[in-house]
Amino acid sequence: MNEPLHRALGLTDDEAESITKILGRAPNPLELSMYSVMWSEHCSYKSSRIHLKRLPTEGEHVLVGPGENAGVIDMGDGIAAAIRIESHNHPSAIEPYQGAATGAGGILRDIFTMGARPIALMDPLRFGPLEDPRSRWIAEGVVNGISGYGNSVGVPTVGGETVFDETYTGNPLVNVLCLGIMPTERLVLGQATGVGNLAVLLGSRTGRDGIGGVSVLASAGFSDDEADAAKRPNVQVGDPFEEKRLIEACLKLLDEGLAVGIQDLGGAGLCCATSETASRGGVGMDVDITTIPLREEGMEPFEIMTSESQERMLAIVEPGNLDRVMEICEKWEVLASVIGTVTDNAGALRILDGPGDDAIVLADVPASSLHDEAPLYERPLAEPADLADRRQRSANDLPAPESIADDLAAMLIDPSWVYSQYDHQLFLNTVAGPGSDATVLRLKDPATGADTGRGMGLTTDGNHRWCAVDPKRGTANTVAESVLNLACVGARPLALVNCLNFGNPEHPEVMWQLSEAIDGMTEACLAFDLPVVGGNVSLYNESKGTNIDPTPVVGVLGMVDDLQSPPPGKRWNDGDRIVLLGDPDATELSGSTWAFRQGHKQGSLPAIDYDAHAAVAGLTRDLVNDPGFITGVHDISSGGLGVCLAEMAIASGVGCTVARVGSHALLFSEAPSRVVVAVSADNLPTLEERAAAAGVPVTRLGLAHKDQFAVKGLVEVPLATLASASADRLPNALGGGTTQG
Amino acid sequence: MTFSVLVEVQLRPGISDPQGQTIERALPNLGYEGVSEVRVGKSMRFAVDAADEAAARAQVDELCQKVLTNPVIEDAIITVEPT
Amino acid sequence: MTKVGVVVFPGTNCEADVIESVRALGGEAEMVWHGDASLPAVDAVVIPGGFAHGDYLRPGAIAQFSAIMGAVKEFADKGGPVVGICNGFQVLTETGLLPGALQKNAGLKFLCQPAELRVATTNSALTSAAEVGQTLHIPINHFEGNFTCSPDTLAQLHDEDRVVVTYVDNPNGSMGDIAGVCNQGRNVVGLMPHPERASNALLGSEDGNVMFTSLLQSALTNA
Repeated sequence: MNEPLHRALGLTDDEAESITKILGRAPNPLELSMYSVMWSEHCSYKSSRIHLKRLPTEGEHVLVGPGENAGVIDMGDGIAAAIRIESHNHPSAIEPYQGAATGAGGILRDIFTMGARPIALMDPLRFGPLEDPRSRWIAEGVVNGISGYGNSVGVPTVGGETVFDETYTGNPLVNVLCLGIMPTERLVLGQATGVGNLAVLLGSRTGRDGIGGVSVLASAGFSDDEADAAKRPNVQVGDPFEEKRLIEACLKLLDEGLAVGIQDLGGAGLCCATSETASRGGVGMDVDITTIPLREEGMEPFEIMTSESQERMLAIVEPGNLDRVMEICEKWEVLASVIGTVTDNAGALRILDGPGDDAIVLADVPASSLHDEAPLYERPLAEPADLADRRQRSANDLPAPESIADDLAAMLIDPSWVYSQYDHQLFLNTVAGPGSDATVLRLKDPATGADTGRGMGLTTDGNHRWCAVDPKRGTANTVAESVLNLACVGARPLALVNCLNFGNPEHPEVMWQLSEAIDGMTEACLAFDLPVVGGNVSLYNESKGTNIDPTPVVGVLGMVDDLQSPPPGKRWNDGDRIVLLGDPDATELSGSTWAFRQGHKQGSLPAIDYDAHAAVAGLTRDLVNDPGFITGVHDISSGGLGVCLAEMAIASGVGCTVARVGSHALLFSEAPSRVVVAVSADNLPTLEERAAAAGVPVTRLGLAHKDQFAVKGLVEVPLATLASASADRLPNALGGGTTQG
Repeated sequence: MTFSVLVEVQLRPGISDPQGQTIERALPNLGYEGVSEVRVGKSMRFAVDAADEAAARAQVDELCQKVLTNPVIEDAIITVEPT
Repeated sequence: MTKVGVVVFPGTNCEADVIESVRALGGEAEMVWHGDASLPAVDAVVIPGGFAHGDYLRPGAIAQFSAIMGAVKEFADKGGPVVGICNGFQVLTETGLLPGALQKNAGLKFLCQPAELRVATTNSALTSAAEVGQTLHIPINHFEGNFTCSPDTLAQLHDEDRVVVTYVDNPNGSMGDIAGVCNQGRNVVGLMPHPERASNALLGSEDGNVMFTSLLQSALTNA
């Protein structure tokens, strides 16, 4: 293997040349390895940054936007919320349990590093089909990992999504969102200031975990003997108990004002944390590599600097506060070591081989160059050559189903097998939990615990089918669905975070999908006045040369202004009237779950009318926030009106008779901006008046009653049949324990 | 002297072992016939300084009674060897 | 005012929830650190749920050796009400203050779900304000909640009316559908379900409040 080291590390020749130009000399191997991790796609967003710039990020409640560890929103009453979403797709494909566990651990650190106590996790999960043994093994491992880590670390998992589709065979998507709250004055940023201040490393010892691309540096000199085998990077292993103690210790430090800045160690480990804090603070930093507590002997400096060992934080502390910091860490049994000093050395990050001025300098690079001077690529993008042709082929031209009841039953999936394994109630906040259109959490004062009488709505949404057919409209409609999900629990949207899961950016069609998706998100966010406060881009989601369908996932935080009672949820009472709010004639099937199940992935997605959507969302919110007026509410999304009605019926244990739905297209279309409401006969006329006043079309669909699920002329099936199809799907596939396929 | 100790903790006979039962039930489906009496436990290895093997064993016995096992449901098999 | 001490081990996570529930009923509550050798002036002690010491080794196994547990035993010996919820129940069985052990759930899955309980006796620090046979909706949240004991112990628990609450639909394989038990003095009670999670209408149930009300009354009687 005689290729130059920089190529083995994944740097291009041009990138290597830029590094030489920055340093004014050739980099040594340690420096090169630091650049290689910091300039990786994962850390630098070099393929996507140019497009991400188009997203709107400003809003009156935004305290901290993209670029920090988490977005921060002003929630009023001196309370701020921190929110972030991230992917852990590739680690979860290799080691599902630890991949998912460390994904949760990483996102928690992003939140408490801002000074916020993490109060909720959400997990949008996507796996290959249930028929595929390996996908089942991955799904079960991921769910166990989230359960094992999240429950133990003491942060409830309050919602998410679970999707099974062949596009994720071999490349699951494990996204994780975390929400935290803090007294606004506790907000801290991940920066180092004050020359002479100390860099204190908190938490676990450093081992050879997940030394990503840099491992080639090690293997370059490897022979095949056993001594070398031991040096290969390890799967990252999460320790939720360590993380729990780290959370308590760090929040105590911040409560007492003992840290001028704090930064978690995630991707690229110490290299990223030291350079990021120094560069944000506009200072230099000297790190003594010999002071870092190690888990293994004989670790090389590049391994120490780039290790991704979990459960570590870097705090910047004034020397006078060090004793108190150590005292707190001792109480919580958290290891703490001074590993460096803030310097005025012209922004230089220096890695030293020992203490004092005469120590050997192992690396000396401008801290900011690792971030700000990372390459920025405008990769070629191209729409698919046959796009125009594809868009002509509507799924409405497919033959009508032989049995609508069977097709409907096949689309039902009860996710409670997943979420019953997650503690979703800790902190006594969960008013509407997993399984709801959106989660509702009580908003309590983080300093006093006092109830503010308000609530937070939280939802995550993604739809690869819509985005495969049309990434722009698909993404816009995804944002719109989030807004409607929040409306169904009475919340108005405040801010959005995104996790953009796409294929290989070196494929022009994938770059086109990404660009289109960002355009669609921009359009929808502007229409709903919804700032993007953070995001994550996960590229190279492919397996065996096939890219996944584009899967932008959004998380939206909302506010329930007056939380008096739990939202009505997806249910109805016997005798209720079933009413559709929104377009009663939507029939477009392209991009729908039903069409994909027929193998049809083409056509045009229904466009969204933002004014009409806002009117439906506004009316829905008003109805939900009028306790007792309606019995139930559920938005129409995956599976269309049919699945929406079936889910309401199953949740209530009460059937229905629905008329005025004349075709399978009306039943399964996933056109946006539609909600089903259940209301008593007495309140029906008022509901119709309120809808008319709001300019929202309202259609009487039928009656909730008895134990049959009937849509006249299309379906007539015992409700119990649909209920067991839904309830049994996951336990039958995953319940009995799986093996690694 | 330093002794190397292996403690194998297992559920006491008669205590239901759902992990073992699950593994046993799954094996025939995977084509492994004739495997029975599967019991799942855990093992711990550590080193002990003591005057002699009997003293080491006595110390480990006590450790098992007090900490390493829950005597209500668990037993331990102790192996002590000089290093 | 009646004051409840809520014991916090590293890894405990339900302490704030218990405190919120006690305060909502007019009680006072304060956290007690596991490393302290004595209890502050409290009228009752709750060992809340969570994962003390990460549940490493066994749930409750390491927590039983914390300095505070000596003080808790002493408090219990004097008749002071002591309640262990979930992980706290596991700690109390490991400590020997309560009989039996909590094994992995029969289904080998962590379960966070609603549970329907039946009050089996009102002669305990946690159920004195309830009625025998009363049904309570209180959620469970555990992996190791499968109550196990010897047949002799089980018979003794029944003979002495020490089964405090049972599951209507046994979710975890517990012997005798047992969800909670008490000691012979009836002042030490352990249960797997989380009454604090059923303490507010916004959370879907207020049935847990009868337990905290009982505890505050027992504390008052003892004080």
